Amino acid sequence: MAKVQAKNFPQPAVTPELVASHGITPDEYQKIMKALGREPNYTELGVFSVMWSEHCSYKSSRSYLKNLPTEGPHVLQGPGENAGIVDIGGGLAVAFKMESHNHPSFIEPYQGAATGVGGILRDIFTMGARPIASLNSLRFGSIAHPRTRYLLSGVVAGIGGYGNCIGVPTVGGECFFDECYNANILVNAFNLGIVKKRQIFTGIAKGVDNPVMYVGSKTGRDGIHGATMASEAFSEEKEQRRPTVQVGDPFTEKLLLEACLELMETDYIVGIQDMGAAGLTSSSSEMAGRGGCGIELDLSRVPLREAGMTPYEILLSESQERMLLVARRGSEEAIKKIFDKWDLDAVVIGRVTDDQQFCALWDGEEVARIPIGALTKEAPVYRRPAARPADQDQLQQLDLATVKEPKDLAAAFKQLLGSPNIASKEWIFRQYDHFVRTNTVVAPGADAAVIRVKGTQKGLALTVDGNGRYCYLDPYVGGVLAVAEAARNLACVGARPIGLTDCLNFGSPENPEVMWQFGQVIQGMRDACVAFDIPVVSGNVSFYNETDGTPIYPTPTIGMVGLLDKVQRIVTPWFKSSGDVVVLLGRTREELGGSEYLKWVHGLTRGTPPWIDLKMEQAVQNCCREAIEEQLLSSAHDVSDGGLAVTLAECCIGGPEKPLGVRIERREMIRGDALLFSESQSRIVVSLKEDNVGRLNDLAARHGVPAQVIGIVGGTRFVIQPLLQLPVEELKTIWSTGLTARLK
Amino acid sequence: MSPETRAVQAAVFSTQHSGLVTQYAMRWGVIIFPGSCDDQDVFDSLKVDLRQTVKFLWHKDELAGNYDCIVLPGGFSYGDYLRCGAMARFSPIMQGVVKFARSGGLVLGICNGFQILCESGLLPGALVRNAGLQFVCQQVHLRVEETDTPFTGAVKKGQVLKMPVKHGEGCYYADPQTLEGLHRNRQILLRYVDVKGRATTAANPNGSLENIAGICNKKRNVFGLMPHPEVACSRLLGSEDGAQIFHSIAAARTDRAKLHG
Repeated sequence: MAKVQAKNFPQPAVTPELVASHGITPDEYQKIMKALGREPNYTELGVFSVMWSEHCSYKSSRSYLKNLPTEGPHVLQGPGENAGIVDIGGGLAVAFKMESHNHPSFIEPYQGAATGVGGILRDIFTMGARPIASLNSLRFGSIAHPRTRYLLSGVVAGIGGYGNCIGVPTVGGECFFDECYNANILVNAFNLGIVKKRQIFTGIAKGVDNPVMYVGSKTGRDGIHGATMASEAFSEEKEQRRPTVQVGDPFTEKLLLEACLELMETDYIVGIQDMGAAGLTSSSSEMAGRGGCGIELDLSRVPLREAGMTPYEILLSESQERMLLVARRGSEEAIKKIFDKWDLDAVVIGRVTDDQQFCALWDGEEVARIPIGALTKEAPVYRRPAARPADQDQLQQLDLATVKEPKDLAAAFKQLLGSPNIASKEWIFRQYDHFVRTNTVVAPGADAAVIRVKGTQKGLALTVDGNGRYCYLDPYVGGVLAVAEAARNLACVGARPIGLTDCLNFGSPENPEVMWQFGQVIQGMRDACVAFDIPVVSGNVSFYNETDGTPIYPTPTIGMVGLLDKVQRIVTPWFKSSGDVVVLLGRTREELGGSEYLKWVHGLTRGTPPWIDLKMEQAVQNCCREAIEEQLLSSAHDVSDGGLAVTLAECCIGGPEKPLGVRIERREMIRGDALLFSESQSRIVVSLKEDNVGRLNDLAARHGVPAQVIGIVGGTRFVIQPLLQLPVEELKTIWSTGLTARLK
Repeated sequence: MSPETRAVQAAVFSTQHSGLVTQYAMRWGVIIFPGSCDDQDVFDSLKVDLRQTVKFLWHKDELAGNYDCIVLPGGFSYGDYLRCGAMARFSPIMQGVVKFARSGGLVLGICNGFQILCESGLLPGALVRNAGLQFVCQQVHLRVEETDTPFTGAVKKGQVLKMPVKHGEGCYYADPQTLEGLHRNRQILLRYVDVKGRATTAANPNGSLENIAGICNKKRNVFGLMPHPEVACSRLLGSEDGAQIFHSIAAARTDRAKLHG
């Protein structure tokens, strides 16, 4: 392959315009000059621009994130590594993380989503863990928007295309539609892997003269400045950025995964990190930063996919399926042999040094020399101005007297049940392999997915949750509710939360109102995490989700992991047998603010989200969990979007078996639509054998949880006396076809 | 094995679910192609759920050693960027597999393994893009059409089994002549059906010709199917019906071992 000679590759002069086009402010440029003691050259400017991008440096969010609780007795690895790790006992641990791939997925939905999956998988197996379960959290614009169908189809196909091919099951997720995402969709990918405690690897460079090895795919020009793109808002011309989206090759990643895990059975590795955002540059400098050493890379040794690439392009390429590792000196040949077996490149491209410098060579000539600290811990940190939006008060005002209760509640209910946010998501998840690796005990569609841990009695429950509408109306409460609902979903299968990861999706941090939302959401999440004692072990921030000055709703998504001591004891959300008694844990209030009902039936996004008492929330969760442990329950389902009526309908029709009817009697002194659709928190619908009701009541009394018998399972009709009476088969049809009918 | 013994074994198996009842130590080989995804699943189901002796075989090696049944697992061999299975058939081990099959050895191809067997010419017909043009992952019901094979011998004719499919290219196709041959020789072993055992269009997840889910060769020692028996070997995962395929194979081999003394 023809190489570009150092002397003749173009190094444009560094002008103020060039600096600005790299997204570097004049202030930041001064900082660069100070760190170097001179002007940067073109290559160095590129390196700074990606490392100091919002995406890589977390410069606007770092000061907030440190308020989140990250420690716990079982946390083996908190934030700052490729993924967080939590001990699950018996010598095993789980590594998990969630990451956004929002900007690329809007520009090129298939590849954007596919490489989002590829990236999060590498984050997991670079820690030594075998990825065993993926989830995803998706946000699209209005279902009626002409672009939504194209984006949805592309994203789902991309997630499936990558995940199915690499053989990692997608076991759950959520998908939500709202106009606020019309021009900025969200694609958040979660993955969890299982790792032996004594075989955990980290991204660290250590040991002077240890070889730095490049393994995996060759480097091409794809994704150059992807990290910078993800650190800017969209404007009209951003579609031209398609070439900055990377192209995924799941087959190569499968080989890379197997080769890396095989290598990890040896003791040849000092440290390993995936080349994700900002590729070779960030992986090498971050590894050196963690090890407190320097790193020297000879770029002319990097395997290339296309001719004529410059050092600048090689350093900034975001080509997929590549890893960087620091090996023990002398093990190079043995490592190459393993990668040879899997038909992959493994090349020594540099060495660890002791001068704490990031140094890049090209044909023996130095083309970049930057102090590691300047790229990592000394990157800029901003405490940006924050201001409560002027219209926040107005937004929160909701006079229910002006919201007319529909005369035909059955029609409103059917409308809601078939709405894209409530309707069955089977069209999506049947495109994902959710069985591979034969661990899936509860497949997509339940409150939480459950996988078994082979070789043990244990199980893991997984969920992703977030409600942008709540956060928009009250970001603090929204932050609390996101964590609370995730934990409640785990309680509904009987699991105890052991840790969470998050994707924080917001507009531009340069907008003070967005920054205020961000601070409030973090505070809410923090308070809920502290109350529930759940550590945040990993996560990611995605700013600049806005177009032409209009940000998305603040949308934190929470990925939460729970542990089950006995996986056989889990329950699912669906009613099991006629004659079972239906009990509501918790209380229904007249809370319609921010509800799906208000939005879909009345076209309103107003009011305050439902109130929550964290003590009561915990009591309800504990009560449900203990009832499951004592095997009292046949089913348990969290009451959330769409309220009690939708929850009960899902209990009847959401399962894999034939639908079952139910007869409910309610006598609450609240409006009929609130009774049916209020999204009051801390509620769980359970069903159980009549003989067990006494024991459940005792348990509820002990926890101080209101528990009311509200009805009985059976028949072919869905009855909520005196408000609704419908055949379950009709509901099943409405719910099953609600999404697909709109995609035609 | 007499029908009585077979019934007893099936009964024991269906109540205990704790491994195959067989006096003969089956030796299973599971091939790993680059891009195989279900290799470990087949291995685990055979070893843990069914207490069998299993070994992995690497696609670059020759097929050496004694095996009673070779399994080609599911996945995306070579990424399936070309036609599914079109590359894997050229893997070095496949020469040995073809020879093994020609000499009467039992070969089972699941999903991508079925595709590879068709590409290799060990099974007739082809698997093309699903009629719905999308990847399909769901539980299906299968009707057992023939039981005089080593793969279905422990199952009753007409019995309905539940196990999942997960594929993008599982639509079985064969030209009329080939199809006629399949009928004449009773090579269609499994059909997609509804829960009551009717081969309806709605029960067909991928548009396969005549709802065909699995076929064997004329000599009845090579079997390919799109559904995944290895995912259906444990009550915890929702079905144990897949184990009946493996059970049939072990039982058939036991019979043969007895026959040859």
